[in-house]
Amino acid sequence: MADRQEIALMAHLMRRAGFNADRDELERRAAQGYAQTVEELIDPPVHALRADSNQLFRYQPSLETGGPATHPGAANWLYHMVNTQRPLEEKMALFWHHVFATGNSKVDNDNHIIAQIDMFRDHGMGNYRDLLIMLAQNPAMIYWLDNHENHKRSPNENWGRELLELFSMGVGHYTERDVFECARAFTGWTLGPKIPRVPNHRFFFQYEFRPEEHDYGEKEFLGRRGNFDGFDIIDIILEQPACPRFIVRHLYNFFVADEPQVPAWNIEPPRDPEAIEYLARVFTDANFEIKPVLRALFNADFFKAAMFQKVKSPVETVVGTLRLTGDLQGPQLELVEVGQESAHMGQSLHNPPSVEGWQTGRDWINSGAVVQRINFVADRVSNLELPGVQRIVERVAAANGAQMAPAELVDHCLDLIGPLDVASETRQELIEHASEEGGVSWSDRAGYARAAERVGEMLALIAATTEYQFG
Amino acid sequence: MTTETRAADPVLVIIQLSGGNDYMNSVVPYADGHYHDARNGGLCIGEDEVLRIDDEFGLHPTMAPLNELYDQGDLALVHGVGYPNSPRSHFRSMDIWHTCEPTKVGTEGWVGRAIRDLDPAGVNPVTGVHIGQGLPRALVVPGVTVASVADLSTYGLLTGVEQQRQREKMLERFVNMYGRAIGTGNVQEYLGRTGLDALKGADILKEGLGRYETSVEWGTEQISRSLRDIATIHCADLGTRVFYTQLIGFDTHANQKPVFEKLWTDLSRAIADFWDDLRAHERDRNVVMFLFTEFGRRVRDNGSGSDHGAGGGCFVIGPQVTGGMHGEFPSINPKDLDQGDLVPNHDFRGVYSTLLEDWMGLDAQPIVDGKFEKLRFVEPF
Repeated sequence: MADRQEIALMAHLMRRAGFNADRDELERRAAQGYAQTVEELIDPPVHALRADSNQLFRYQPSLETGGPATHPGAANWLYHMVNTQRPLEEKMALFWHHVFATGNSKVDNDNHIIAQIDMFRDHGMGNYRDLLIMLAQNPAMIYWLDNHENHKRSPNENWGRELLELFSMGVGHYTERDVFECARAFTGWTLGPKIPRVPNHRFFFQYEFRPEEHDYGEKEFLGRRGNFDGFDIIDIILEQPACPRFIVRHLYNFFVADEPQVPAWNIEPPRDPEAIEYLARVFTDANFEIKPVLRALFNADFFKAAMFQKVKSPVETVVGTLRLTGDLQGPQLELVEVGQESAHMGQSLHNPPSVEGWQTGRDWINSGAVVQRINFVADRVSNLELPGVQRIVERVAAANGAQMAPAELVDHCLDLIGPLDVASETRQELIEHASEEGGVSWSDRAGYARAAERVGEMLALIAATTEYQFG
Repeated sequence: MTTETRAADPVLVIIQLSGGNDYMNSVVPYADGHYHDARNGGLCIGEDEVLRIDDEFGLHPTMAPLNELYDQGDLALVHGVGYPNSPRSHFRSMDIWHTCEPTKVGTEGWVGRAIRDLDPAGVNPVTGVHIGQGLPRALVVPGVTVASVADLSTYGLLTGVEQQRQREKMLERFVNMYGRAIGTGNVQEYLGRTGLDALKGADILKEGLGRYETSVEWGTEQISRSLRDIATIHCADLGTRVFYTQLIGFDTHANQKPVFEKLWTDLSRAIADFWDDLRAHERDRNVVMFLFTEFGRRVRDNGSGSDHGAGGGCFVIGPQVTGGMHGEFPSINPKDLDQGDLVPNHDFRGVYSTLLEDWMGLDAQPIVDGKFEKLRFVEPF
């Protein structure tokens, strides 16, 4: 049997590399070991499946298409995040959605964003160079950053600029001239003519390279001179030390601990410069393969020491709660409604506020978001009809016989919702709340029913603590 | 503070147009040949299309309600607003507008600072109200509370706990636990304060919601719903001094014409409904509305849209506003452009200073971090 320390570490790994796990899963994983679990998350065994798309579309075919709306696509993704047995795959898709933030506010055909997320799911742990090329040829991205309007005679800088500023190196590592030359190199990377829409169907854009639109002339980019095209530009970017540092800082901010917001990165040094240098070296040595850098990150001491160093993102809050409580398993109708919950907390899937992605860390917290997230979690962890909550109740009931002191109730609840460490004053407050009704008795039917309710209330109150907002 | 003085306190309503509004196609220099040369890719608004405001300028055809406000002398157009070395990045530009820090990354928002000065002890958690999701950096200052409301009708804490008595007990515990986080000086403390203020703010707003009735038939677009929420809270006399909301979608690199038309159609209607509603409630005299965007767009269009530029403009609306045009519209003669962009001639911090000092009665210098030229587009209330 794993001790509390091992369970806590495993819970940390599963919060970060996945979306929470219930106690049964934590114990199973802890028994097989930490390093082995990291391997399984990075290279899932064949029997670990993604959520079943066919099943979803059989019951909710409308979640396949979005058009101007994002709620079908957000519901679709929520289904995947809640039901997958390969949680790191979904987490990495979410990571790239944040870094390569593309929004349906402009794309206005959410099928393309769904397809882009599918691409992140399939290739998000592959090679970063491949991913950049796929991104440059991704119809949603081309439309989002106007590369279809990037012509030989009238270059449009939008994609060229964001590729450098937000997708690879960050501000301060290129000139305005580089932006322009970069844009020129991607002229002709465009969308093929689209079949006009019919009343209830839109056709897909297709990527197309049009030689007559491409500027074959000489370019000067980051100190190099040549007749560069988009592939050359990406290769030159990958030679810049700023590039791996920028991407691994994103990984650090996403998986380890909160960094300042991205626009400050060329001004404020990283929280842990050694970690960034280490990960950047691994990334470069691995020829920009993503799995080795994830392996290094999750096995690093700085990762293991970073428990509760991050404010949970809205999506982590929602999906983590659903997975913990066993809510919304399978192709449920409520997916559409619950798929909007993270948006109410400030993170609208398929619709990041800008190409910069979301402002993370403490910026997730404001008086509106706090209300949303506490209410969402409290409503579920106190719902005794949910299988995950029932499992928690059963564990608490079985913990030490028929009678239980209020303090024991509190400690078991803190353990099973986390394990969560809270300040001693917080624990005291929880105990006082539990004490108002005296000891807990699981002995008879009526006693058991009330005791179960008290577990639910206690979990709701814990979900409202400041401590629970960190993951 | 009594209700009577509250009703008279100046109120500022800020609308952020996110993405970079094309000011040159909002306030169109239709008589200038250079405009027609630059916008020959389909974006040009012809002389016969603009809503003329004088022999040189006209409003975009979708802005009829704003044109009416202009004719009444309630709309001020502030030309040529910007700052040196505009970075042309949305995020950086918006950060600069939010923090008043053009040379380094700021962490405090100017509106948040103003709220701190309006309510230094943080007595009223709804002194500043944001309608929307998350909190724009303009409103973020450590220790300053802003109620951020996504949906006014369902706002409240632990609303799922059915038994009222039990809910009250839990909220008491909540207050105790969050109160203890105060003084720890980290994200926990920030959370603690935010939680407590959210609770208090929710109670206040809930009370206000019950008092609002309107005869105006508001639109259903997002911006209409946001401004309606603002009207609701303002008319309830809850002591809110600054409102903030945003409309997104102004980043019109491509397909600008229909997108821009829809944005301004929706926005113009919502603004007109807002003022109608406030007038009907006799709550319009102490309100000024301010519209800004992170930058204007490049002078020459790109065939179907326009790229990031510099030097935009602002709109200021209200009965106490000195209507008309203020400042100077930058020259669009190609020889006067800077890398294809308008050269702004009025620092945005000067616009803020006018609003803060002449309207809100605050000392602008510490808020915008410096002294900047003001324009007289508002009459002190």
